Amino acid sequence: MTAGKEIAGKINTVGLTIDEIRGAITEDRTTATALATEFYDRIRKEDSEIGAFLTLCEERALKQAGLIDQMAAEGQPLPPLAGVPVAIKDVMVTRGVRTTAGSKILDNFIPPYDCTAVARLEAAGAVILGKLNCDEFAMGSSTENSAYHAVHNPRDKSRVPGGSSGGSAAAVAAEMAVATLGSDTGGSIRQPASFCGVVGLKPTYGRVSRYGLIAFASSLDHIGPFAKTVKDVALVLRTIAGRDPMDSTSADVPVPDYVAELERPVRGSGEALKIGVAKEYFGSGLDPEVRAAVEAAIQKLAELGCEVVPVSLPHTEYAIPAYYIVATAEASSNLARYDGVRYGFRAKSATLSEMYRLSRDGGFGMEVKRRIMLGTYALSAGYYDAYYLKAQKVRTLLTRDFDDAFKKVDVIAAPTCPTPAFRLGEKVNDPLAMYLADIYTVTANLAGIPGISVPCGENHEKLPIGLQLFARHFDEVTLLRVAHTYEQARSSLVVGRSSLVARSRVPALDLLL
Amino acid sequence: MVVLLLSLLMKVTDNNVAYVADLANLELTEEERAHMLRDLNSILEYIERLSELETDKVAPMAQVSDRYGVDDSRQGSDRFAYAIREDVKEGLRKSLPHDDALKNAPDTDGTFFEVPKVIER
Repeated sequence: MTAGKEIAGKINTVGLTIDEIRGAITEDRTTATALATEFYDRIRKEDSEIGAFLTLCEERALKQAGLIDQMAAEGQPLPPLAGVPVAIKDVMVTRGVRTTAGSKILDNFIPPYDCTAVARLEAAGAVILGKLNCDEFAMGSSTENSAYHAVHNPRDKSRVPGGSSGGSAAAVAAEMAVATLGSDTGGSIRQPASFCGVVGLKPTYGRVSRYGLIAFASSLDHIGPFAKTVKDVALVLRTIAGRDPMDSTSADVPVPDYVAELERPVRGSGEALKIGVAKEYFGSGLDPEVRAAVEAAIQKLAELGCEVVPVSLPHTEYAIPAYYIVATAEASSNLARYDGVRYGFRAKSATLSEMYRLSRDGGFGMEVKRRIMLGTYALSAGYYDAYYLKAQKVRTLLTRDFDDAFKKVDVIAAPTCPTPAFRLGEKVNDPLAMYLADIYTVTANLAGIPGISVPCGENHEKLPIGLQLFARHFDEVTLLRVAHTYEQARSSLVVGRSSLVARSRVPALDLLL
Repeated sequence: MVVLLLSLLMKVTDNNVAYVADLANLELTEEERAHMLRDLNSILEYIERLSELETDKVAPMAQVSDRYGVDDSRQGSDRFAYAIREDVKEGLRKSLPHDDALKNAPDTDGTFFEVPKVIER
């Protein structure tokens, strides 16, 4: 046992996974209450330097922990996530617990109901510690747009944790929660997972109900989990996935046992799984160390028995422009509800129309206003066809790219982000540069396919690098299986150029150069 | 001269910014308007590259759910049966109690939300 590790009851809470918790409570090596208390202690001690949490809900957490401990004491079978300390991005509403979306306009908002994903976690025994910091209304790629405070990357505090779910990624990386929920509209789960060195999954559109998710862009918004391992992510997905009558876009597609499928070999008695590699994801702007680490990961997948195949996603370069039209257009409509009438911030004014404008002016931050303006412009008379309709057509082309590629391959591998975590303040005054941080992630939101980011190494400054994998709609089973297989094998992998030189390269990788 | 050239290159004008801000129910300070003018132009210039693509025969895609839900063998709204549910009293959950619905209101008389006088601008 390493020095400095903390003990709740008789188990180690650093590096703790969901997997270990239920057994430890059942076998009386710890209690849900001891775990929650220890995580709160750590948050109080360490979060002042990270800034991951906006609100703690200790009363609700300890009540839930008490229920789990009582069940254990009575010898009842425990639910799958019994006693697991989790935390929720502050864009998902929680009954009786302040929910801000990272915005001053909702500074005092106490929701009257629970988001479906949150309710399902709690019903499965999870203990919700609190609400996590994020970019205002999930608009951003660094969490610097939070109206409250920035989040520092636990791996290097001078750097951003990514965004918009920066608090969700940082809380897992800093061991302040075992798993967290985030939301991903253009990469907001996968990009921070990559920057903080944890696993983050954006499921298929419709896989997880959006009921109770504060809307940014409804056709692109997804809820998904963060954790330290692919297996934990699979456990959380199993809990939150599935049809919800409260969200008509949630799909009536059966939820498989993701965990049971993880260990199935990527090369069975028959054919090997095919991994696609697209040169469009390895173009200019990709950091050489990120490229080397991702190529080494693909090489590793080949060694594990996957067949690496070149694919083409020719419209990739149009994804960011199409995304920023569709996302902002939907946002301008969704954010029209913040008018100071029924909830949220209200500015004092003599007339109703002035109250609307001043409340929105005072309540929204600059990036939110910028996106409302862009979206309103794109939807306004005379510009609708040139911008919004055009972007929707390009969305069709981007989706067809993936349809064609998935006729040839089962999974596509790519970098999650072009660079490792950048410094706080580095891109804050250049919105376009910030948007380009999402260049490899927005495509999956436009097409609705599932994507995951798994750690695949570090650069020379010890900053984490993420491998991104995509799969067909509703094929999270294969996505998680490949990610898990890679993760298990990675411990024996030396990342970097040297490992490539030593091995014979997969031919498909040479096509990238 | 330089100023004139710059203004010719800009797609969005001061007037556009004021008009769009009005549509979006935003006031914006002078400084914010100047920032907005610069940022919208730089972002729209980048977005301009969409026009390189020929899309006359491409159908627009508004959302993903149509891919797995729509039943093309049926007609009209029946095609979207996946998203339809019974219309029942109290719906899927009971309506919020009156007090709960008013709890977050900035101003209320206990029965209604209160707002300033409605006067045409």
